[in-house]
Amino acid sequence: MWRRVFEIFRKELRQALREPRMRIVLFVPPLIQLIVFGYAVNLDVNVARIAWLDMDHTAAARDLRAAFEGSGHFRILANPVSERDAQMLLDRGDVQAVIGVLPNFGRELDRGATAPVQVLVDGTDSNTASLISSYTTQVISGFAGRRMVNEQRAKLVASTMAAGTAVNPGAPSVDARTRVWFNPDLLSRNYFVPGVVVNIVALVTIMLTAMAIVREKEIGTMEQLMVTPVRPLELMLGKTLPFALAGFFEVALITGAALIVFGIPFRGSPLLLMACSALFLLSTVGVGLFVSTVSETQQQAVMGAFFFFAPAFMLSGFAFPIRNMPLAVQILSYLDPVRYFISIVRGIFLKGTGVAELWPHMLALLLYGTLILGASALRFHKRLD
Amino acid sequence: MNLRRTRAVARKEFLHILRDPRSLALALAVPLFLLLLFGFGLTLDVDRIPTLVYDLDHTPASRELIARFDGSRYFDVRGYVDNYGAIERGIDRDQCLLAVVIPKGFARELDAGRRPAVQLILDGSDSNTASIARGYAESLLAGYGFDVQAGAVQRKGGIDLNAPVRPELRVLYNSRLESKNYIVPGLIAVILMIIAALITSLTIAREWETGAMEELLSTPLRPSELVLGKMAAFFTLGFVDVITSIAVGVLVFGVPLRGSPLLLMASSAIFLFGAMCQGILVSALARSQLLAYQIGMITSFLPGFLLSGFVYSIANMPPAIQVVTYIVPARYFITILKGIYLKGVGLDVLWGEVLFLIAFALLVFFVATRKMRQKVA
Repeated sequence: MWRRVFEIFRKELRQALREPRMRIVLFVPPLIQLIVFGYAVNLDVNVARIAWLDMDHTAAARDLRAAFEGSGHFRILANPVSERDAQMLLDRGDVQAVIGVLPNFGRELDRGATAPVQVLVDGTDSNTASLISSYTTQVISGFAGRRMVNEQRAKLVASTMAAGTAVNPGAPSVDARTRVWFNPDLLSRNYFVPGVVVNIVALVTIMLTAMAIVREKEIGTMEQLMVTPVRPLELMLGKTLPFALAGFFEVALITGAALIVFGIPFRGSPLLLMACSALFLLSTVGVGLFVSTVSETQQQAVMGAFFFFAPAFMLSGFAFPIRNMPLAVQILSYLDPVRYFISIVRGIFLKGTGVAELWPHMLALLLYGTLILGASALRFHKRLD
Repeated sequence: MNLRRTRAVARKEFLHILRDPRSLALALAVPLFLLLLFGFGLTLDVDRIPTLVYDLDHTPASRELIARFDGSRYFDVRGYVDNYGAIERGIDRDQCLLAVVIPKGFARELDAGRRPAVQLILDGSDSNTASIARGYAESLLAGYGFDVQAGAVQRKGGIDLNAPVRPELRVLYNSRLESKNYIVPGLIAVILMIIAALITSLTIAREWETGAMEELLSTPLRPSELVLGKMAAFFTLGFVDVITSIAVGVLVFGVPLRGSPLLLMASSAIFLFGAMCQGILVSALARSQLLAYQIGMITSFLPGFLLSGFVYSIANMPPAIQVVTYIVPARYFITILKGIYLKGVGLDVLWGEVLFLIAFALLVFFVATRKMRQKVA
């Protein structure tokens, strides 16, 4: 039996590697995903692009502007002169917010009244918008607080001068001392790149497994294979093992690139990563096999694999945090094997967690893997008989 | 260019699609499924950040600060701990993302007019949520600091002072700040990319693979007639998806459509045409389904999803990659979609983007027909 399995394995491997373009397929998509996720994808709003609409032109307005510029959260890109200009900047998406200092801002402040500052935020991207609002409030309350203390100090100094004593009026406030664990610089790449491992492995194994089997059906060589003494189980093993192997290879390749090129920390055990990958491959190869049993053409196989992969990817927590999903969808995500592998990979890379913390995820993967692979193998077996 | 021949190819292609109901069903179901999933399930909004509190001070001042965290919609205080080990365990097991540590003597320091530091510990492994959480937490502390300051000033001065400056916040375009309002319109671009990459290029690659394409090209058909005829069928399919997406977005999810629906359809048609020409070009280059699929994914779907500004803001990307995004047609289409849907702007703002899409479509059409011709020669 093993000899026959090996022969199919050899044929499959040769067929896959014979074509130079196929070899590219194994290298280029992971590389592109790595580059995009390593360099490009970044959800953080570190510096908001704003426009400054000053209708007051007093020293106080300029102070406020300096407070915004000095906060490190804002970059003033435009100085519109009218509300119409400001609206246009927002419409075109050139700036994310407009800070409008209304006429009489300085005078109101000097009078001791409350002077409003107009803040127009582009809400198109809701997340960015709430963060910008929050930064704005932070800068304005900082400015207001300083202003108040200065005013008070001036008054106190005046009155104590009259009384002939000097006091130092303290200005209590609170500082934030932020410490970020595991990823001190909050690099998006540290978050995304480990996920790319999962992504590529899933995509490569599901797609290649499904397409390789369906291709034989489509061009009619499946019948030829079936008249040989090869049994269905042997055929299945020989067909899927090369892609499982490709999966391992991808894990090693991407992990290597992540460490060397991007300097992603790897705090856990490489051995554990490989073991968990094996568990995960059970599920993906199983899905690929299943798709192949329901597809007649390669196109159907691609669509079928995509139909599984797209939601699995979305619900895995790779790009969209599961925590924020509605409860029903969160429960649904427990059915997604990719979810568990994402948690495992992030844990191993960034937190250095081990089996003690990860065993529930590993158990889930093992369970899903045997279930999916078992069911698909049965189905595959039946279709061939 | 002969319309009759083009029509004949289109008819053949329609029959092909109708004869394969499984692919047809998938072509219509995948977009709908994505739409429902995104609309109902996926949100990028960060709120209810799970928070642990370690209060070493136990004074009214510290409790007041905790109450602020508890009252904010951005934080969800999950529990109180009394040592750092518990925080570590909480973060390791993903039970909390933020821990707030209020130092001993917090209230005393405040009373003395000093600035005690409140420690914020964040789980950085989810960097995006962490940096957003950090922004919210730091501004909450700044607000608290301001109130303490104001209170002290008033007590000492014995006079009433107004807050000198007050921000008047107005959120435009998406006033309730819901991420589905920008994700659902953007999905139209992603869905069209899928249709183009997975259906158009694969079907045509299959004809190359089986040799049917050679036969077609040996007929009096000209490449441009062939391309247009083939496209007609997929274009219809894609357009059905566009209309479904718009209808589901507006009717099911209540996404506002403020601009002109006509402009929306017209620009979708232009984008779709360009994406399909690209699909045909890919299939002519690849000539095998597996390869066409891979190239299609890399050249259309991935950039459409990642480099278009759909979820990941282009302004945050490094300059080298920002330059690359200028040649991604989806980038312009996403700008158009968001502009029409949320901002209600028209051609006066979006003409540049529309022009690019037209130019791109024509260029790719030209190259694709040329490539077809070369293949025969």
